[in-house]
Formats: sequence, structure tokens, C-alpha cells
Amino acid sequence: MTVLRRPFVWVIGAVLLAFVLVPAYGNNVELRENLLLAALYITLASSLNMILGYAGYVNFGSIVFFGLGGYLCVWLMSAHGWSLFVATLAAGVTVSALALLFGLGILRLRGAYFALATIGVNEAVMAFVANFEPWGGSSGIYLSPELFQPLGGPARALWTIYYLMVGVMGLSLYLSYAVKRSKFGLALRAIGQNEDAAAALGVVTPRYKAAVYSLSAFLPAVAGGLYFFKSAFIQPPDAFDLQLSTEAIVIAMLGGQGTVAGPAIGAFLYEQLRGWLLTSPAFSHFQLVIAGTLLLAIVLFAPGGLMGWLYRRWPGLRRILE
Amino acid sequence: MGILASLFDGVLVGAVYGLAAMGITLIWGVMNVINLTHGTMIVAGMFAVYLLAGAAGVPVYATLPLILIGGFLAGVAMYWIAVHRLVGQPPLMSLLSTFSVNLVLIGLGTVVWGTDLFNVPVSLPGLSLGHYTFPGTHLMAAGLTVAIAAALYVFLNRARIGKAVRAVSGNREAAELVGIPTRRVLALSFGLGVALACVSGMLIATMFPFTVLSGDPYLLKSFVVTVLGGLGNPVGALVAGIALGLLEGLATPFMPVSWTPVIEFVLFVAVLIAFPGGVLGVLGLRGTRPH
Repeated sequence: MTVLRRPFVWVIGAVLLAFVLVPAYGNNVELRENLLLAALYITLASSLNMILGYAGYVNFGSIVFFGLGGYLCVWLMSAHGWSLFVATLAAGVTVSALALLFGLGILRLRGAYFALATIGVNEAVMAFVANFEPWGGSSGIYLSPELFQPLGGPARALWTIYYLMVGVMGLSLYLSYAVKRSKFGLALRAIGQNEDAAAALGVVTPRYKAAVYSLSAFLPAVAGGLYFFKSAFIQPPDAFDLQLSTEAIVIAMLGGQGTVAGPAIGAFLYEQLRGWLLTSPAFSHFQLVIAGTLLLAIVLFAPGGLMGWLYRRWPGLRRILE
Repeated sequence: MGILASLFDGVLVGAVYGLAAMGITLIWGVMNVINLTHGTMIVAGMFAVYLLAGAAGVPVYATLPLILIGGFLAGVAMYWIAVHRLVGQPPLMSLLSTFSVNLVLIGLGTVVWGTDLFNVPVSLPGLSLGHYTFPGTHLMAAGLTVAIAAALYVFLNRARIGKAVRAVSGNREAAELVGIPTRRVLALSFGLGVALACVSGMLIATMFPFTVLSGDPYLLKSFVVTVLGGLGNPVGALVAGIALGLLEGLATPFMPVSWTPVIEFVLFVAVLIAFPGGVLGVLGLRGTRPH
């Protein structure tokens, strides 16, 4: 088991264990909801990081995967009676396949043009879904409470969803790590540094870019399925909320784009900061202002994010936290 | 007649979309920075006219020069704070920095005004043709747009500073070598781009109601227009804006309004993929930035 000899795999394991054990101790529901959001943010940011941090392509519309996954899962469950597990998996696979198709088209664009196209894709899909009657149009889909019965009633189902979300988070961290260590990840980082040079060295750039775009769609789509099953209802503005995509970018930058641990730490910090800002009476209205100022400061003065700063301070850390 | 009236109104509104897009295309063409505060600066223009005309009692159309100057100063300030260090770096960095300024502005806007709907009442007689009356505000907005576009064209092609803007857009290093203070020219271009956004917002506010969050649809329309009209091409922007307005006017009688964005964004992505240099660029209307 060579995989177990790498310290970072143990770090992921320890984080997962903490996520599983801490809220279960004393049946702490409030903490569980808090950590569920953290797990969701980590999944979104880690997946985004594969294309943003490794390949250097800004995806402003990564939330389209989350929303489509949510819609597919909710629709399969409510209209066709599929079980949660099958429906989320089917949603993940379908959205990944769609992303591959989209990716082959829009990844011919570079830099800023690609970034704009991703906004266009998200808005086009949202506008389409808002008019698509089988998915309830602009009023969305409501799930009947009976769908919670196979999971042992609402109270048990919420715990099951939480554990599944933590599992998805663990997968996203491991995937992000495995991609970074692989030849595939090396090719992606070569594209991120200089795409023409990478192509000249024999990296088939369109294929690699489409592959990572598709891969970065899978886990957000699964997470979307879980999240909207939990809410028991889905509407276009919630599913395709550009603000959540941009929060994912802030998170990846805050922690350090291109590192595996960065987006996870960034997500955790951002979640805590957001929770604190929302409850603090003086700052609750200034949440966006503070997030914006923070991001501007990072972009202007510390483009490496938190991990960049830590690596400079303790170079040995690179071996443990990738 | 119904369809003709709808098309004509589409042209009037489309011209204003063109004006909005000129702001974004100018900045993009000159310094390869996409100004994501553009939508919010359009909204800033809307609230400027609301406050100046409503609270301070300035006649609605007399606010235009004030908003132009205010927008210019705001743009220059924003350039030095958030953009200057990032010109020439990968587009990710300036996208993120203008995005974060946008978050701050939106945050402040929602604190002050919430998300309520505002409007600027303008009493301007309309133009009646047969059974149809074209709103006076739409005619006035289109007329002012054409005047501003013409002024911008003359500025870029005849004025000394305007020529400097085009020189920096073509090749910044060469421009620096012949003695053009490129940093100041970049700041000026950014200010000009933001001023255009604010003025177009002011004109839109005379036509439609708005909220603090109204900027996004106009930002996206500006992208569509920029991509259609070609980068850094003010004339292309005006033509493409009118084309977009026509498309909306054409679609309105035939399908529910909620489908218009679907068509717009599908068109946007399709055009982006098919003609990365802009449709009008292919037809031979070149911009200030050769591709």
C-alpha cells in the first residue's frame, strides 16, 4: 500500500474522521449543518481548483454543474421514483458527460474569452431551466416528504445526507490530490504555465482541458443532488446562483490556488468568517464588502494565498500539505 | 405594423446597449482587462440620475455631463487602486480584482438602498405613428447615444490624446518609446470606459425601473455586444447593440419574454466559439486593436 506512505493521505483521513465523529458526539445538529456547508464549499472549491489552479482557466460558472446535478437528481427522484443513491450517481455521470461535450466547444477559447463563455453557459442553462416545464419552470420542483421514508424518516435521512456529503468531500480532496500527483496533473500544470509550450512538448491540450472540465463537474453535480434533496425543493435562482460560483473562486484564492490543501482550508476559513459576519450585528450587512476587500487584498498583495505564505515561511511543509 | 413598431423600439433600446458596451470594449481593447464592475457602474449611473434629478432637482437630461465627469473620476480612481498593478499580468488577476471591487460596490449599494425597485419619472412627449406611440425617453436616449458615439469616434481618431489611446492599444511598448505617457493613457481609458457605463446607466434609468442588482443583465448584454462587434471597436459596438435590440424586438411578439435570455446567451456562446474575433471583424469593420 504505497498510497498509505504519503503523509497527505493521512491528513485527508484525519479530516474525514473529525467531520464524522465531532457532530455525532452529543447529536449536535447545529454543528452538523455548519459542517455540511463547509463540506459543500470544500467540494466546490477543490473541484474548481483542478481547472482554475492547475490548468489556469477561470471558470466563473462552475455552479452550473451543481445546479444541473441538483435538478437531475430531484427530477429523477420525484418523477421517476429513483432512489437517492442511484439518482445522485446518474446526475453526476450525466453532468460530467454534458461538461465533456460543452468543454470540447468552449475550451477552444482561451483566457478571458473562456471566462466569459462560462458565465454565458450558466446564464443560458438557468434561463432555459426557468422555461422548461417538465422541471417546473420558474417555480421549480418540490419533493414530497415521503421520499425521506426509505432513509428512515427525516431525522435519520439528514444524518445520512451529511455522511454522504462528507464522503463526497473526501473524494474531492483525494481526487484533487491524485490528479496533482499524476502525469495528467503535470500536463494540466504545464498548460497553466504556458499552453503553447505544453502543446509543443506533445500535450494534447484540447483533450486534457476537456477531460479536467468534465472531471471538475462530477462531484459538484453529486453534491448538488444531495444538497437539493436535503432542501426538498429546487428553483433556478438557487440552483444556478453565480454568487456561489464566485465564492468558490474567493475560497480557492484565499487558501491558495493550485494546492490541494489550500481550497479546503480556504473553504473552512471562509465558512467560519461568513458565519461570524452574518451573526455579528455590526457586520451582517457588510458581508459582501468584506469578502470583496479580502479578495482584492489577496489578488494585489498575496496572489499565492494562505498556502503560498505558509510555504514561504516553512518550506518543509510542502512535503506534508500538498 | 405591430412587428415594425416592435423592431423600431428595439433599435432605439439597442443603441443604448451599444453605448453600454462601448465602455467595456474600450477598456478591454486598450489594456486587455475585462472590467467586471461594468454592470455596477451602469447601476451607479442609474442611482446618480435618481439622486440628482429626484433629490437635488437637476433637470433629468442636464445630469448627463455631471454623470460623465463623475464616472470618469471614479474610473480613474478605480484604475489606480485595483487595476494598475495587474495590467499585463494573466487575465485571471484583473478579472478577480475588478470582480472584488464589484462585490464591495454591490455590498455597499445593498446596505444603502436594499433591493427595492426605483424609477426616474421623465415627462417627455412621445412620437405617435398610427396606433403606436414611441416613448419620448426611448427616442431621446437613442439620439443622445448616437451623439456620444460620434463624439467618441472623433475623439479617438482626431484628438491627440485619442490617437495616443489607440497607439497604446496597438502596442504599449512602442507607444512608450515614442514618448507617450502610457500609464496616464491607461488611466484615462479606464476612466472613459467607466464614464460611458455610467452615462448609459443614466439613459437606461430614464426608460426602465431598476434595483441595485440590475447591473448583471446589462453586463451580460455588453459582453454579447462586445463579442458580436469585435474587441475595442466602438462603431462595431453601436452596430452590434442595435442588432441585439432588433433581435429582442423581433423575438418579443413571437415568444414569451422569459425566453429572450435563452436566445441571447446561446447566441453569445455560439458566436464566441465561432468567431473569437467578433462577427463584424470578419466582415471587415476593424477595431482599434488589430487581431
